[in-house]
Amino acid sequence: MSRTAPKSKRTRSKPRRDASKEVSVPLPPPTPKRFYGHGIPGVDPASLAGKLIVVEGADGSGRSTQIARLVSWLEGEGHPIVQVGLKRSTLVSPELEQAKKGNILSRTTLSLFYATDFADQLENVILPALKAGFMVLADRYIYTLMARDLVRGMDLKWLKNLYGIALEPDAVFYLQVSPEILVQRNFMKNQALDYWESGMDLGLSRDMFESFKLYQARIIEKFQLLQKTYRFTIVNGDRSAEEINRELRARIGKILLRGKQD
Amino acid sequence: MNATFGEAGFPGRLIAVEGIDGSGKSTQVRLLRKWLERQGARVYLSEWNSSEIVKSATKRGKESNLLTPTTFSLIHATDFADRYERHLVPLLKAGYLVLCDRYVFTAFARDVVRGCPLSWVRKIYGFAHLPDLTFFFRTSLEVSLRRILDGRQKLKYFEAGMDLRLSNDIYESYRIFQGRLLEQYLAMSGEFGFRVIDANRPVEVQQSEVRKIVVDQFDLENYRMPGLSL
Repeated sequence: MSRTAPKSKRTRSKPRRDASKEVSVPLPPPTPKRFYGHGIPGVDPASLAGKLIVVEGADGSGRSTQIARLVSWLEGEGHPIVQVGLKRSTLVSPELEQAKKGNILSRTTLSLFYATDFADQLENVILPALKAGFMVLADRYIYTLMARDLVRGMDLKWLKNLYGIALEPDAVFYLQVSPEILVQRNFMKNQALDYWESGMDLGLSRDMFESFKLYQARIIEKFQLLQKTYRFTIVNGDRSAEEINRELRARIGKILLRGKQD
Repeated sequence: MNATFGEAGFPGRLIAVEGIDGSGKSTQVRLLRKWLERQGARVYLSEWNSSEIVKSATKRGKESNLLTPTTFSLIHATDFADRYERHLVPLLKAGYLVLCDRYVFTAFARDVVRGCPLSWVRKIYGFAHLPDLTFFFRTSLEVSLRRILDGRQKLKYFEAGMDLRLSNDIYESYRIFQGRLLEQYLAMSGEFGFRVIDANRPVEVQQSEVRKIVVDQFDLENYRMPGLSL
């Protein structure tokens, strides 16, 4: 390829890259995996070669932006990626969507419905991808589901048993954003607040703006409680997307190099 | 162990019927419902796997073979939770006699035979109170197999436990699967105080026994519509 007439600023400002140095893609070292509880019958965690990386955070925390950047970076580095998220299972996502619209399900039902959705993706997407050595980037995982259920009064012990099926990720990044900033980011994106992300089903306030702030503060509290058990990395999400991404890349870089974060 | 609805102070009572496929429990519970209604009791019958919203997902899962032991277990728990929270609990608070064609014991038996750990399954259903009375319709495997085969020509995939790869022959698989379920039921029969009904006998004979047990345990007066005399 001719480099004599650079078309973009980017190529002009950067020195010519030596492709020969970029040929080799390092294979992330394997690290032992485990399920939180009994896991999935018949699945040996030792057979899961890939890395599972989770990004958690409320709507408006910058989760999707960060994940998109991480995917593009990791693929650019030569690592195969599979993405998963909540409510994407073939098994129950249409019914979950319907249930959310009508607000007709009680808390235990909704909790189990989401757990079914999670289990379906765990067994049909996450575990097979990890077995094949792919990196799995999860846009939220069991912690969001647990935090939501805890805010609605579900029992922590019950939830821990339920999610004993889950695989412990290699890293979990929780983008913690203060409720005031979350509100502003949601307005910038949609000019509206989401019914569920405002916890309107809880009856905290009839004012959606107030309810959103109260609800998100409670979610943050529950994440901090869960952090004691599940030890995820809390990332300050009040900063700019660039700053956050730099931190995430540095942390994931360690996993690629050493197999784990620390 | 969880309390029963009566122990937990509910004015209503819950009667569950359990047994393997073809044990005749659905026939018995329908007859019981008719009779209780005729006695003037407020009765509600809830069937396993009948929640409006969850049913379509279960159906799709079964038809497209999407279900694993874990998701099979969880989707049935979701279905149960929906019925429990929206129908059973409110009706029991209102003083109904609630009849359940299968209750948590069905999940305890099936999910464990499919390979889910017993303690995991039991804890998931830990939010549910236990029935005030549980009938277990005990048949020999041969009798239940004959009843299923006489009624329908083909066995259903999951009913026969074909997902467990016990045998390529669906009849053989059914036999092994239902045999294992029977073992699970018998193993918990004492723990949960099942009233075992010999279901190899004629329907009428069983129904008489069922009615007698019900009137011995419950004063039907308590479940009539308040303010109405019959």
